[in-house]
Amino acid sequence: MIKLVALVPLFPLMGFIITGLFGKSLSKTAGGIIASGAILLSFVVSLLLFIQLLEVPDNTSHTIHLFDWIKAGKFSADLSLLIDPLSSVFLLIITGVGFLIHVYSTGYMHNDEGHNKFFSYLNLFVFFMLLLVLGSNYLVMFVGWEGVGLCSYLLIGFWFKNTNYNNAAKKAFIMNRIGDLGFLLGIFLIYITFGSVSYSEVFAQAKFYTADEPVLIAITLFLFVGAMGKSAQLPLFTWLPDAMAGPTPVSALIHAATMVTAGIYMIARSNVLYTLAPVSLHVVALIGVITAVFAATIGLLQNDIKKVLAYSTVSQLGYMFLALGIGAYTSAVFHVITHAFFKALLFLGAGSVIHAMGGEQDIRKMGGLKSHLPTTFATFLIGTIAIAGIPPFAGFFSKDEILAHAFAHNKIFWLLGVGGSVLTAFYMFRLLFLTFYGKFRGTHHQKEHLHESPKSITIPLVILAGLSIVGGFIGLPEAFHATHFLKSFLTPVFADSDLRMLPAEISHATEYALMALAIVIVLVVVLLARNKYVVKGELPLADGVALSPTSKLIANKYYVDEIYDNLIVKPLHWISGIFYRVMDIEVVDGFVNFIGKAVVWGSGSARLAQTGKIGYYVFVMVLSVALLLLYISY
Amino acid sequence: MVQDTMAQSLHGIPINAYLTLSAVLFSIGVLGVLYRRNIIVIFMCIELMLNAVNLLLAAFGAYRGDSNGQIFVFFIMAVAAAEVAVGLAILVMIYRNTKNTDIDSLSKLKW
Repeated sequence: MIKLVALVPLFPLMGFIITGLFGKSLSKTAGGIIASGAILLSFVVSLLLFIQLLEVPDNTSHTIHLFDWIKAGKFSADLSLLIDPLSSVFLLIITGVGFLIHVYSTGYMHNDEGHNKFFSYLNLFVFFMLLLVLGSNYLVMFVGWEGVGLCSYLLIGFWFKNTNYNNAAKKAFIMNRIGDLGFLLGIFLIYITFGSVSYSEVFAQAKFYTADEPVLIAITLFLFVGAMGKSAQLPLFTWLPDAMAGPTPVSALIHAATMVTAGIYMIARSNVLYTLAPVSLHVVALIGVITAVFAATIGLLQNDIKKVLAYSTVSQLGYMFLALGIGAYTSAVFHVITHAFFKALLFLGAGSVIHAMGGEQDIRKMGGLKSHLPTTFATFLIGTIAIAGIPPFAGFFSKDEILAHAFAHNKIFWLLGVGGSVLTAFYMFRLLFLTFYGKFRGTHHQKEHLHESPKSITIPLVILAGLSIVGGFIGLPEAFHATHFLKSFLTPVFADSDLRMLPAEISHATEYALMALAIVIVLVVVLLARNKYVVKGELPLADGVALSPTSKLIANKYYVDEIYDNLIVKPLHWISGIFYRVMDIEVVDGFVNFIGKAVVWGSGSARLAQTGKIGYYVFVMVLSVALLLLYISY
Repeated sequence: MVQDTMAQSLHGIPINAYLTLSAVLFSIGVLGVLYRRNIIVIFMCIELMLNAVNLLLAAFGAYRGDSNGQIFVFFIMAVAAAEVAVGLAILVMIYRNTKNTDIDSLSKLKW
């Protein structure tokens, strides 16, 4: 039964091959059904595997060996899949949310020329993501890691006729690659230190190391660089807002629910190594919390509906890394799950709004949509409440758990986390109010065409909304005298780490107090936002209007893109220009041309010996014979 | 007996004289081939070279009492005859085509 795990990545792979090879001859309906069906089948198998793991709690880690892949001297890596609670949870998320997004895409991409190509890319992406979470060694994970980066590039630049979108796709891929360099260095170090890249062997050997060994710190920091690139943390986060150039289902699937969580999966999987390097954990937590607050501040002044959600994603990922950094691995995974639900919901809802507005993404031109798009509004509202962390919706439980652990670990982290929460609630409700409340601010033409989206779009929204409401109940805190299902399910994965270092705990009373405080603050903030944007009806300023210095700084995203451009891109172009003009044209071309010219000159000189005069030839013959005889006799 | 007196009378002239004569004849032949422009004269000089070698071969053969040298002279003469035949045939064809026997006129096979 466990052997069925090989089917899980196989279905999307076949979906990719069929829609990829025969996409032009298949109808749009057929392509959509094949692709979505493949993911549905994977989801069913994942569910069966999950149930099987539940039934036998004592033996939850299974490795299925598919084939020997690399055998070179002492190094061997095989393609084997590891199914355990952690990968099972991620499988459900990837295939479940992925299936909903596929169904959504059949409606959203209905009028697009490259409809089947889109689905083939989506299936390929799901295949690689599944490979990433199912791999039983770092090499298979890396194959999946690179593959999702590739699919991200293909999907962001899907509407390839627009150069800006192509540039965004390039930016995403290049930044990912920078992170991947760190990841590769980490894998090399792992091989040198442990002699293997397979999880079981590495973690078994690692247990004998003492804490804070330099080589472990190096390994974990390098791996984290990879996570920084893939999961858009400071300083490698600028690709994510630009990646909004892709179609909205892409933003929902890749940049909200799955690819960006690969970094968190990787660190959760390597928890043994990280627990043995508290220095790296501290770095992870620091970068996580700083990113969380930084991105949240930028989200306050963005006017594109998808960009707000993009910065929100960066911020929420920061929370997940904060959780990992303080040792609360389960909380991080919990937040991944709830975030997948409500962020996918929010992105798909935004897509529905954009679809209804005929492509408009500026919230200053929206408004009053709640009467025109009732289902979209209702689900978007649920998603916003969930992300703000208002009980009993999903976001409350996961975020509260992270903040509780942070409070016990380091009060400053807790304070920054709460600050980020406040900002999150504010800008998300700002987005909601400006888009759906008030008077409609768009053109007359857009108002004519406003319509609720078709069922293929609204049904996934409703399902995700339902999940956002109940999704938190898998992680009910002990303070409520309930069992934390997720924690008990994931215990075997983090058992070794828990032995060394349990995440700091706080008493129930403190937890109640913190929860109450968080809820009160968030509700106050929501009321403030409502007061500003609904009651007073304030609107964000138009593009050309002058702003105060801090507002200008934030509205221009702290000029990070411009800094990178001047610090890194321009010098690189300059060096590249020098290499082109000097090295390539003068040196290399010059050398090759020189050889050609030398040959021509040589032959031009040598042919002068052919004078045609017989007397000259005879003379040369006589001379040669004389020299030969001299040579022989001496 | 007769051979002894023959060899003895031969030894009256030292072998160096034959060497010098042969070398001089050969050099004259070579210089003639290099310097003369008339094709017939060149052929004659080639014959001269061959005969110089013949002379030396015969002299050494007689001095050592080894007849190999003299036998080899026959071979050389046969080859010389054949070569002259072919060479004169070529010469006639050249004359018929270029109407002169100047070797410098045949310099078209050049760069």
